[in-house]
Amino acid sequence: MFKILRKRELAPDIYLFEVEAPRVAKTANPGQFVIVRAYDKGERIPLTIADYDKRTGSVTIVIQALGASTRVICSFEEGDSFVDFAGPLGQPSDFIHFDPDKINGKRFLFVAGGVGAAPIYPQLKYLKERGAVLDVIIGARSKELLILLDEIREKVDNLYVATNDGSFGYKGFVTCVLEELISKGNQYDQVIAIGPMVMMKSVAESTKKYSIPTIVSLNTLMIDGTGMCGACRVTVNGKIRFTCVDGPEFNAHEVDFDEAMLRLNMYRSEEQKRLVDIERKHHKCKIGRTM
Amino acid sequence: MGTLKSRVAIAEQSPKERRSNFNEVCLGYNIDEARLEATRCLECKKPKCVEACPVSINIPLFIKHIKSGDIAEAAKVIDLDSSLPAVCGRVCPQEIQCEGSCVMGKKGEPVSIGKLERFVADWTIKNHLELTTKSSKRNSRVAVIGSGPAGLSCASDLAKMGYEVTVFEALHMPGGVLVYGIPEFRLPKSIVEEQINQLKRIGVRFELDVIVGKTITVDSLMEEEGYGAVFISTGAGLPRFMGIPGENLNGVVSANEFLTRINLMKAYQGDYDTPVYIGKNVVVVGGGNVAMDAARSAIRLGSNVKIVYRRSEKELPARAEEVHHAIEEGVEFCFLTNPVEILSDEKGWVNELRCVKMRLGEPDSNGRRVPEPIPNSAFSISCDMVIMALGTSPNPLIINTTKGLKSERWGGIHVVNEFGKTTRPGVFAGGDAVTGAATVILAMQAGRKAAAAIDEFLRERDSKHFNFSSAN
Ligand SMILES: Cc1cc2nc3c(=O)[nH]c(=O)nc-3n(C[C@H](O)[C@H](O)[C@H](O)COP(=O)(O)OP(=O)(O)OC[C@H]3O[C@@H](n4cnc5c(N)ncnc54)[C@H](O)[C@@H]3O)c2cc1C
Ligand SMILES: Cc1cc2nc3c(=O)[nH]c(=O)nc-3n(C[C@H](O)[C@H](O)[C@H](O)COP(=O)(O)OP(=O)(O)OC[C@H]3O[C@@H](n4cnc5c(N)ncnc54)[C@H](O)[C@@H]3O)c2cc1C
Ligand code: SF4
Ligand code: SF4
Ligand code: FES
Ligand SMILES: [Mg+2]
Repeated sequence: MFKILRKRELAPDIYLFEVEAPRVAKTANPGQFVIVRAYDKGERIPLTIADYDKRTGSVTIVIQALGASTRVICSFEEGDSFVDFAGPLGQPSDFIHFDPDKINGKRFLFVAGGVGAAPIYPQLKYLKERGAVLDVIIGARSKELLILLDEIREKVDNLYVATNDGSFGYKGFVTCVLEELISKGNQYDQVIAIGPMVMMKSVAESTKKYSIPTIVSLNTLMIDGTGMCGACRVTVNGKIRFTCVDGPEFNAHEVDFDEAMLRLNMYRSEEQKRLVDIERKHHKCKIGRTM
Repeated sequence: MGTLKSRVAIAEQSPKERRSNFNEVCLGYNIDEARLEATRCLECKKPKCVEACPVSINIPLFIKHIKSGDIAEAAKVIDLDSSLPAVCGRVCPQEIQCEGSCVMGKKGEPVSIGKLERFVADWTIKNHLELTTKSSKRNSRVAVIGSGPAGLSCASDLAKMGYEVTVFEALHMPGGVLVYGIPEFRLPKSIVEEQINQLKRIGVRFELDVIVGKTITVDSLMEEEGYGAVFISTGAGLPRFMGIPGENLNGVVSANEFLTRINLMKAYQGDYDTPVYIGKNVVVVGGGNVAMDAARSAIRLGSNVKIVYRRSEKELPARAEEVHHAIEEGVEFCFLTNPVEILSDEKGWVNELRCVKMRLGEPDSNGRRVPEPIPNSAFSISCDMVIMALGTSPNPLIINTTKGLKSERWGGIHVVNEFGKTTRPGVFAGGDAVTGAATVILAMQAGRKAAAAIDEFLRERDSKHFNFSSAN
C-alpha cells in the first residue's frame, strides 16, 4: 500500500498528491511516469512523476478527474492509500544524458497544456540547476484551470500564459504564443511540449517549419507499462514503438499524431459506461452516508 | 478383467454451456473415476512415460498409489519432481510428452496421466496436505525476479532449504503468465493463488510493483540490499507484430493485451474498471496456445471467431485438447492462410483483413516445411477486431541494466550451463527468459535446477569465507 501524505487542490478537478513510495523516489528521473491502481478492482493508469524527494521517499503526481479511475483517485484524502504505485517507468528525458556544457547556457522552450504543466516541473528544476535558460508557455482553457504558476515562475527566465477564453494572459492557443516568440527572433535549442495530443501535434507542426528540435511526451493508452501488452504502440519515424519502454518522450517531428489520437479513443464507449456506473455507485454511497 | 482400452470419461462443461462462462471446462475426476483410470496403467518396468516427462515424475508409482486409494502418498511422489502439479496436470502438452509415449497409446488411448496428476494435486489442496518441511535456517538472502512458474519453483525450493527468499514482481499480482495469460477456464486463478499462498506459508516474501531494471537493479540488490544470489525469471513477455500495413488501427490488439485485460484485470466481470473491446467478428492470427486462449475468450464474450494460421492443422503448436475444445466451442479455422494487410473504415476502425493462401514448401533447417504464398490467391475476411498471437520474446530491460550479463543475439539471457549459471557470479537465470517462449513445465524445471545451483554457490562462498576467516 502506498500512502497519500499530502493532497492539494490545484484547480477544479485537478489535484496534487504526494505519495509515500520510497523505491520509486530513489530512482526517479525527470520525464518518467508511474502506473497506479487505486483499489483492488481498479485499472492500471499511467501518471507522470511531477516531483520526487529522494530524502523523504515521496513522489508527487498531479491528476485531473476525467473518467472512472481518475475520479476515484481524486476523491482520495490524506491518509488513504493506492494499492499499487509502480515505477519509475519509461525513459528519462534525453537531456539527463547530456554533458553539463550542452545544458549550461542553452535555451529551452517548454510548452505545457492543461495538467501538462505538472510533468514539466521536474525537468525545469533539473535544467535550472545546470544553468539552462528556460522559457515556458503554459496554456489552459481558462484562468481557474491554470496550475502551478507560482512554482514554475520561480524556476524559469520567462513565463508566458495563454488561455482559450482570454481570462488570463494571452487569449488563444499556446501555439500562437510559440509562433509569436519565434517570429520575434527568439532562438531555442530545444522545444519540449507536454499536454493534450492535439496541442503537441500543432506545436510539432510549428517547430518543424523552423527546424527546432522538439520533444513530446506521449500519453497513449497503457496497461502494464513494461512492454508486455503493446497497447501503447505508436508509429515513430515509420516504425512501431512502445511508448512505455521506448518513450514516453519522442522526437515530435517523427510521431504519427493522427494515428496516436485515434488510438486514444479505442475504448471510449466502454470508458463512458464505466464512468456512469461509478458515479451511480458513488451517488448511492453519499445518500447512504447522510441517512 | 481386461484392461480398459479407452480412458475413463471425464466430466466437462458442455460446449454450449461453457461458451457463455469463464468457469473451468474440465471438471476433473472424482476419486472413483481416478482409481478406475489408474487401473489402466501397466506399471511398466521401463516406463516410456517417465522418459518423456521433462521432469521425470515417477508416473507408475504415483498412479499405483492412486489405485490403492492412498492419494497423500501419490502426492508425495509427485512432489519429489514437480512443485506445480495442479498447474502442469492442466496445461502440459501431454500428448507430446508423458501421454505421447505411454504404451497404452499403441493399441488404444494412453493413460490420462495429466488428469490423474491434476486429481492428486487438487486433492492435496482440498485436504490441506502440507508436503513441505522446512529445513534449518540458512543465513543468506536470495532474490528471485519474476513470479512465473520458473520463479515460483525456484523460490519454493530455496525456501525449503532454509534461505530467506524475496520474489520481486513487476505486476500487481504474482504468477506470471499463469495469471495474466492463461484464462480462468483452463487454469482457475484460485489454484495459482493457492500455490502462492503455500510459498508465503513457508516464508517466501513477495514484493510486487517492483520493476527490476527500473525501480531497482540487480546490482543494487546485490550491492546494497545484501542478496547473495539472484535468479532472473522474467519470462518472454514482449509481443511480436507482423509489420504489415494497418497493424496500429483501432480494433487490432496483441493477444497479450486482450488476455491481460481479461485475466489480470478481469475486464469481463462487471465490477472491474478496466475496459475491453469485443468485436462481433474477430480474427485471431496464430496457432499456438496463446491464439487458442484469445479465440476462446472472445467466443465467451459473444464474438464469432476465426483463427488464421499460415501452416496446416497438423503443424498447430497448441495443445491438442485446446484445439479440440476450440472447435467444439465454434472457433472456425482458416489454415494455410496469412494476413498481408489490415484495412479500416473512415473512422480508423478495422473492417477487413487481406490474406493470401499459403502452401507448404521445402523443409527448413529444423525440418519444418516452410509456408510460402500462393501467387494471386489474395482474398479478404471482413472483421471488426484482429488479435495478433504471433509469439513473444524476452524483455531486454534486465540485460540492459545489469553489469556483466551476456545475452543471446535473439534477446535471451546467455547461460553457461544447464543450471542457469550466467556470466555474472551469483546471478542465475531460467525459464522463458533463457529459452524463449516455451512451456510451464520447462520453466518450472529451470527454476528447480537453478535453486540447486544457487544453494551450491552460496555454500561454496560461505565455506571460502569461513576458511579465510579461520586462517587469520
Ligand atoms: C505516460 C503518461 C502520463 C500521464 N500523465 C498524466 C498526469 O500526470 N496527470 C493526468 O491527469 N493524466 C495523465 N495521463 C493520462 C491518464 O493516464 C488518463 O487520463 C487516465 O488513464 C484516464 O483514466 P480514467 O479512467 O479516469 O478515464 P477514462 O474515461 O477511462 O479515459 C479518459 C481518456 O483517458 C485516456 N485513458 C484511458 N485509460 C487510459 C490508460 N490506461 N492509459 C492511458 N490513458 C488512458 C483515454 O484517452 C481515454 O479516452 C498520462 C498518460 C500517460 C500515458
Ligand atoms: C496465453 C498463454 C498460454 C500458454 N499456455 C500454455 C500451456 O497451455 N502449457 C504450457 O506449458 N505453457 C503455456 N504457455 C507458456 C508458459 O506460460 C510459459 O512458458 C511460462 O509461463 C514461462 O514461465 P516463466 O516463469 O519463465 O515466465 P513468465 O510466466 O512469463 O513470468 C515472468 C514474470 O516476470 C515478471 N517480470 C518481467 N520482467 C520483470 C522485471 N524486470 N522485474 C520484475 N518482474 C518482471 C513478469 O511480469 C512475469 O510475471 C502459455 C503462454 C501464454 C502467454
Ligand atoms: S509434469 Fe507434465 S509431462 Fe510430466 S507427468 Fe505431469 S503432465 Fe506429464
Ligand atoms: S507408459 Fe503408460 S502404462 Fe506404462 S507406466 Fe507409463 S503410464 Fe503406465
Ligand atoms: S503499456 Fe503495455 S506495452 Fe506499453
Ligand atoms: Mg478508465
